[in-house]
Amino acid sequence: MASMRDIKRRIKSVNSTQQITKAMNLVASSKLNRAKSRFNDTKPFFEATKRVIANVVKGSKGVSSVFMQERKVSGKTLVVVIAGDRGLCGGYNSNVCKAAMEIVSQKESSAVITAGNKAREFFKHKGVEIADSFRDISEKPGYVDAFILGAKIIDMYEKGEADEVYFVYTEFITTLTSEPKVIKLLPLDPKDFENDNEPHSATLTIYEPDEEAVLNYVIPKYINTVIYGGMVESAVCELSSRMTAMDSATENATEMIEHLNLVYNRVRQGAITQEITEIVSGSNALE
Amino acid sequence: MANKLSLKIITPSRNMFEGDVDMVIMRTMSGDVGILHGHQPMVTILDYGVLTIKNDGEERLAAVLGGFAEISADGMSILTDAAEWSNEIDVVRAKEAKERAEARLKNTQANIDIKRAELALKRALVRLDLGANK
Repeated sequence: MASMRDIKRRIKSVNSTQQITKAMNLVASSKLNRAKSRFNDTKPFFEATKRVIANVVKGSKGVSSVFMQERKVSGKTLVVVIAGDRGLCGGYNSNVCKAAMEIVSQKESSAVITAGNKAREFFKHKGVEIADSFRDISEKPGYVDAFILGAKIIDMYEKGEADEVYFVYTEFITTLTSEPKVIKLLPLDPKDFENDNEPHSATLTIYEPDEEAVLNYVIPKYINTVIYGGMVESAVCELSSRMTAMDSATENATEMIEHLNLVYNRVRQGAITQEITEIVSGSNALE
Repeated sequence: MANKLSLKIITPSRNMFEGDVDMVIMRTMSGDVGILHGHQPMVTILDYGVLTIKNDGEERLAAVLGGFAEISADGMSILTDAAEWSNEIDVVRAKEAKERAEARLKNTQANIDIKRAELALKRALVRLDLGANK
């Protein structure tokens, strides 16, 4: 059986770990609140952008954009992965990376753009080509970051370096559950917009300068918004899974300390009993 | 005036304005356009420029840096990457940005992104324009 001092030391170390996990839990939960409100702020822009595209697509048949034409995928498939910079957040990083890896392994030739250190490490380890990687944006993504990423994607797409683009992020369901989600970013499927439930207004809409120009201007914006929305949503998921992970870690630590205290008391009791026995037998021998 | 135009200004990170106004003047690709209540549905691309909102004889100015405007039967939404009210503009910062962009454009030797520098200059000029007469 371990000595009293060993157990004491162990209790101390578990205790300090618990303090750390507790602090991380608190930090994550306060960050989560802010991230959630940011997430809600991104929605109106996204929905309005989508509505405009839907109206153009529905209102003017035949108008098409470079971004909507189906291409024969002869070149690369680009997969954009949004993950975290840091670990200690349950299965958040590995889940989203695995979902992305699934697409990568289906395609003949593909490259990834990663956001977050963890995703970069994952794909580097797997030997997948990394076209670009971003970091230090996972917890607090800004629109500028999405803008830069979006510009990069559109540039690669226009140059033909990528023939289709997938976007992998984590969808927020509740604080306890989130799921990796894959969407096809480019080429855009006009059907995505046509299925919109909103009835199309029959009035004639003026497009200035013209429909195609508007579409070609709005679609990159739409892509940026999708990316930004995905980043913000992923940040919410990262923080909530970190919160949950740290919460259960703290709970486990409490359990462990309880158990160790029990063992410690037993050992202490044993030591005292032994001492008494020794004294009694010693005094018996003297008599 | 009885009829007012319901206006929304939305940026990716916030809902900047929501309310009824008399008139909106915005800078589109083909020049300034004023919008009143009951305008025909229209979608137009915006240039970098000053946006004027007129309501009850008061004027509110904002710098709008690109984006587009959607006018439908029930109102108007302006969607832009970035917009600032005139009192939010940091004149000092804009001035610095202007000088930086000008210096970059002058220095033709360096391998720089001219388009980017021009855009930066344009942004700075819009901000300064508005910041100066606030």
